[in-house]
Amino acid sequence: MAYSDKVIDHVENPRNVGALDKNDPSVATGMVGAPACGDVMKLQIKVSSEGVIEDAKFKTYGCGSAIASSSLVTEWVKGKTLDEAATIKNTDISAELELPPVKIHCSILAEDAIQAAIADYKSKQAK
Amino acid sequence: MKLPIYLDYAATTPVDERVAKEMMQCLTMDGKFGNPASRSHRFGWQAEEAVDQARTDIADLVNADPREIVFTSGATESNNLAIKGAAQFYKKKGKHVITAKTEHKAVIDTCRELERQGFEVTYMDVEENGLLDLQKLADTMRDDTVLVSIMHVNNELGVIQDIATIGEMCRERKIMFHVDAAQSAGKVFIDVQQLKVDFMSFSAHKAYGPKGVGALYVRRKPRARLEAQMHGGGHERGMRSGTLATHQLVGMGTAFRIAKEDFEKDFAHISALRKRLIDGIMADMDEVYFNGTQDQSVPGIVNISFNFVEGESLLMAVKDIAVSSGSACTSASLEPSYVLRALGRNDELAHSSIRFSIGRFTTEEEIDYTVELMKNSIGRLREMSPLWEMHQEGIDLDSVEWAHH
Repeated sequence: MAYSDKVIDHVENPRNVGALDKNDPSVATGMVGAPACGDVMKLQIKVSSEGVIEDAKFKTYGCGSAIASSSLVTEWVKGKTLDEAATIKNTDISAELELPPVKIHCSILAEDAIQAAIADYKSKQAK
Repeated sequence: MKLPIYLDYAATTPVDERVAKEMMQCLTMDGKFGNPASRSHRFGWQAEEAVDQARTDIADLVNADPREIVFTSGATESNNLAIKGAAQFYKKKGKHVITAKTEHKAVIDTCRELERQGFEVTYMDVEENGLLDLQKLADTMRDDTVLVSIMHVNNELGVIQDIATIGEMCRERKIMFHVDAAQSAGKVFIDVQQLKVDFMSFSAHKAYGPKGVGALYVRRKPRARLEAQMHGGGHERGMRSGTLATHQLVGMGTAFRIAKEDFEKDFAHISALRKRLIDGIMADMDEVYFNGTQDQSVPGIVNISFNFVEGESLLMAVKDIAVSSGSACTSASLEPSYVLRALGRNDELAHSSIRFSIGRFTTEEEIDYTVELMKNSIGRLREMSPLWEMHQEGIDLDSVEWAHH
């Protein structure tokens, strides 16, 4: 599989692997994908009272580009407001990582993970 | 120790130095370069003598008569020749053929071609350990069955089918029996005088010989017949035309002679390394599954699934070792292995399998390095895996409603 150096770097040195305390009210979780499809991504964000993402962690079961996409996304969302993070598009991810065409779905999954985490935060706050 | 470490001997083997040396004597002006079919001069005679010796060496490994060996371009061609050739020859008796779902593509796809030619083919399921249930096989045999094709050793799992019993079953019913022995020659003791096998395919490059050459054993007594698939000058008693490639055949002959001489040494060496690898990997890792059966398999092939870790990322993590994942022969596609699926493994376990294959030149140091690398990589990837986390928390993954996309 011909991956870019950026993908290989993220796979070999993934950023922000781990978990945040899911019982903390300022922490939200987005989990997308399915084992049978070969990809599951879990993205967690910790949001300040001003609505800024202070921390992000991920865990991913999947191919190299799925790991790289989720690792990249944790770097990108940190320091962004929820509204800013919501504008991250899968095309930005695939362009940055130079994903091969057959792996575009990994970047879509990463975008879905951001949206799922934001939605989880909003529903937690609404309670 | 040089990296990467080669642990893909079931895909192909390096040519043994002793083999390469013999081959190089058959190429240039001062070597045996002649056409073995040239009867009128010593260049031809020398080449013919070399080819005869190779034929004898190959026959000796399996206790056959040299006249029962037909040279081909490899096991794929041997399988094609045996299956299509025999089915076509015996089609007046019936048009039913039996094989298994875990056969090599060179058998499966050849059988598909027979279906297009009007034959009916039964692709048998195997049991969870990769072996055929012989009672089910007997129930599948019919009056119009003309050919059974079953591999000796499975290329992905290493399991050994009971070809002795299957041979008896076929002979009783006057059904021709073909065995793909590409993975077994030199690794399992084979005596065609004892086995009731009519056709047997061999490959040189799985046994430290060169690529591009193989052979088909065709029984003389009782005589097994087939229709040629390659027509021309009538070489190989009309069964396979084409000028004999002296250097290739000498390479195969030498490789098979060494396989016979070193049989016990190789077997002991590889068995010890296999134990070291399996013990090392299985000892202190959870959720690791051995595919196949350890009781009835060759020592050189070890197939293990590492649950909660995805196959491609695993291969990327262990790039210091050369191994196979997924469908062993078509690793370019990361479709889960059809062989593992045939055993009833679910998609995730089939996705997370690695085939390690050990050979004559593998060392203890390489195996120890591999065990450490696997432990570290699996540990690292599991730390990164949400499925592993859920498993640790006691969540049953089958009970989760996944957001399919």
